[in-house]
Amino acid sequence: MARAVSTRRKVFYTAAAWSVALLIFFPVFWTILTSFKTEASAVASPPQLFSADWTLDNYAEVWGRSDYPRFFWNSVVISVGSTLLGLIIAIPAAWSMAFVPGNRTKDLLMWMLSTKMMPAAAVLIPMYLIFQRTGLFDTRTGLVLALMLMNLPVIVWMLYTYFKEIPSEILEAARMDGASLGKEIIYVLTPMAIPGIASTMLLNIILAWNEAFWTITLTTVNAAPLSAFIASFSAPQGLFYAKLSAASTMAIAPILILGWFSQKQLVRGLTFGAVK
Amino acid sequence: MATQSSRAAARLMVAPSVIVLFIWMIVPLAMTIWFSFRLYRLLSPERTGWVGFRNYSWFFNSPDFWLAISNTLLLVGGVLAITIVLGVLIALLIDLPVWGQGPLRILVISPFFVMPPVAASIWENLFMHPQNGMFASFAQGLGMKPILFMESYPMSSVIFIVSWEWLPFATLILLTALQSLSSEQLEAAEMDGASAISRFRYIVLPHMTRAITVVILIQTIFLLGIFGEIFTTTQGGPGSASTTLPYMIYKQAVIAKDIGRAAAGGIIAVILANIVAYFLMRSMGKNLDA
Amino acid sequence: MGKIVLNAVRKSFGEVDVIPGVDLTIEDGEFVVFVGPSGCGKSTLLRLIAGLEDTTSGAIVIDGADATALPPAKRGLAMVFQSYALYPHMTVRKNIMFPLKMAGMEIGEATRRADAAAKVLNLTAYMERRPGQLSGGQRQRVAIGRAIVREPAAFLFDEPLSNLDAALRVNMRQEITELHQSLKTTMIYVTHDQVEAMTMADKIVVLNAGRIEQVGSPLALYNNPGNTFVAGFIGSPKMNLIEGPEAAALGATTIGVRPEHLSVVSEGGWEGVVGLSEHLGSDTFLKVTTDRVGTINVRAGGEVILRPGDRVHLAPQPGKIHRFGADGKAMT
Repeated sequence: MARAVSTRRKVFYTAAAWSVALLIFFPVFWTILTSFKTEASAVASPPQLFSADWTLDNYAEVWGRSDYPRFFWNSVVISVGSTLLGLIIAIPAAWSMAFVPGNRTKDLLMWMLSTKMMPAAAVLIPMYLIFQRTGLFDTRTGLVLALMLMNLPVIVWMLYTYFKEIPSEILEAARMDGASLGKEIIYVLTPMAIPGIASTMLLNIILAWNEAFWTITLTTVNAAPLSAFIASFSAPQGLFYAKLSAASTMAIAPILILGWFSQKQLVRGLTFGAVK
Repeated sequence: MATQSSRAAARLMVAPSVIVLFIWMIVPLAMTIWFSFRLYRLLSPERTGWVGFRNYSWFFNSPDFWLAISNTLLLVGGVLAITIVLGVLIALLIDLPVWGQGPLRILVISPFFVMPPVAASIWENLFMHPQNGMFASFAQGLGMKPILFMESYPMSSVIFIVSWEWLPFATLILLTALQSLSSEQLEAAEMDGASAISRFRYIVLPHMTRAITVVILIQTIFLLGIFGEIFTTTQGGPGSASTTLPYMIYKQAVIAKDIGRAAAGGIIAVILANIVAYFLMRSMGKNLDA
Repeated sequence: MGKIVLNAVRKSFGEVDVIPGVDLTIEDGEFVVFVGPSGCGKSTLLRLIAGLEDTTSGAIVIDGADATALPPAKRGLAMVFQSYALYPHMTVRKNIMFPLKMAGMEIGEATRRADAAAKVLNLTAYMERRPGQLSGGQRQRVAIGRAIVREPAAFLFDEPLSNLDAALRVNMRQEITELHQSLKTTMIYVTHDQVEAMTMADKIVVLNAGRIEQVGSPLALYNNPGNTFVAGFIGSPKMNLIEGPEAAALGATTIGVRPEHLSVVSEGGWEGVVGLSEHLGSDTFLKVTTDRVGTINVRAGGEVILRPGDRVHLAPQPGKIHRFGADGKAMT
């Protein structure tokens, strides 16, 4: 039972919490706001919150100057593709670890996670050469594979924690009922784990969408996603703040909106099942 | 608690993940080890051959190397400290009875969705820029000289930006942990005469240990490889003031085009990462057991 | 048909022998209850029969065919789990039809069978609901329904009533007994509750530390417990087991007297002081500290009114004293 709190206290708490939250959110808000200003009001001092000249020109110009739809589509294909491929490989592995645990299961999980600790920069040259040699360089297939492998440990780990919450008796019941292993996974485990699979999927789409090392170093034009799009938009002169903001908004908006809508599932996923 | 046939099936089903991850790890690693003992410069491709440990000794003798190591540790440690301390405080604040907890969470989680190069460029240009940034405007408004963030305080600025990106992750995990604490426990402690501070110290904090463990583990994994934020903002500078180990390797490979040295740096980074991983996993493995 | 024979079935987890070796024959149509304290291996034995665990050695023979190496689905057995193990994402109908779907049965026949099972189990009104919307007793019935549609050679029950409240437990106990009477299919039922064992079983198998202590009908076990373990386990309240000179006087190491076989007499017998007295109306349970045989429990008639501190004389009824030797086995 939550304790009853006096209204005055609640007002005070609410004000404090909202101030902090708005402060954290402010850079995102300010970027979106700036993207609708003219370049002149974007750099005005003191900063203009509402008195600026509003315009959509920045979006029009960014849209005209680069092939946004292609970057966007590449981001979608790469993040969704690598996540789906990862799930297909990870679901059976997570089943094994959750329901037929051995002495080495924990070690295996830790080993998987430790592969993520290898600094990407350390293996940049070999990866570059491998991608060149195999014709995967600057292809969406190549990035789907690379990001799938990069996020596979996270996918396996998250699924493992979700699967462990499913009582093994239910899978045994399916086995008694005559289900083969494949049917057990398809008809019983997967439908029961849908919420967990969904949050795993969401988190990994976001991680893949925001990945900015391999997506930049292993692409040039054809497969370049939004991370490369934004990297090409640096504005050191400060004269193009509004356009930079518009490009930034265009790069983050899709995932920001997806994230807002799935915030509840995401938070559960983020905790790797380690926090109930 | 399983039959032999299901154990066999389990091995079979875990195999694809293990095999692809092993290949993903071992092939580039083997190639990197090979290169690290070779003379391999893209600018003088005709000169090749074995150089023994000379690539490694170049790294160890470079003054930048120790700076890069300390910068890397500073970045990881600094971001962990900031995100956990602030995360705990903000989680405690949001967990109070407030109106609109849902929208609050959405606001707080937002930075997590911003891709690192965007986050870095927003902060660098819109806020920290010495002429047109918002901080500069404030400084002028107060009659002070604008701070040259990227020039005077490059590491602190990078740590600040990365902390902003990871604060939502820490806050929301800690908040989830906080919300799972039964209020009966707190009420019992209150009945026992515990003050607010001792309730936090003896009940709330121990309850969050597991969540803090998760935050440290996951963030360290991601923070050790931080690259995009530095690439976008300081480019490791001024000089080498904000060069971390990954960025130093990147400079050797892409700017100096010395693949041999970059590979040696890569191997050093892998060894360091493994040392960190080993201690992390050892000390946290127990905490993570469900 | 459902005759199940266990030949020297052994199960070890690593170094630990959970079941050192069990021989048992379960006749077709029998209702057999495995009973014993928790950790005695009764559930493991059931899971070995089901095929959910491998046997380390020995053989399981179902209807004359060696089933030791068969996967669970091929053994023709159905199981009801302690947690019911219903599929939460399927309706009651789909839950019941799942085994038939897995067997590839044609949908019309499967529906007909599911409806028939639902009618027997009073589930017809709930067929389109999900398990989460059902009460504990209803879930239990769905689990049973899922088992009976397959027309298995035998039913395996793993402590199926332990998650129900007391009143419902009695009801379900009777329903399962009636189901057995109408289906006449072999049932193997695991419980730690000796009351369930006594009321339901044709044959009780008492297990302790992975070994069979005694096999027999409920009354045989009650009247002639083979050793002190069975004597102490079967019957409620527990039998008083007395060691020392009183036992030695009868030539035994231990003697046992059930609480209901002690009478309150005016003089003679064992004298003692009432420590606790519970009046249930029909019965009075007494805890009496005696000079000669220590503290013993007595089940007296409801008309006996005694208070703590009262002195009483207790006498065992003639012919109701069980004698056990130094090895714990009953003496004849």
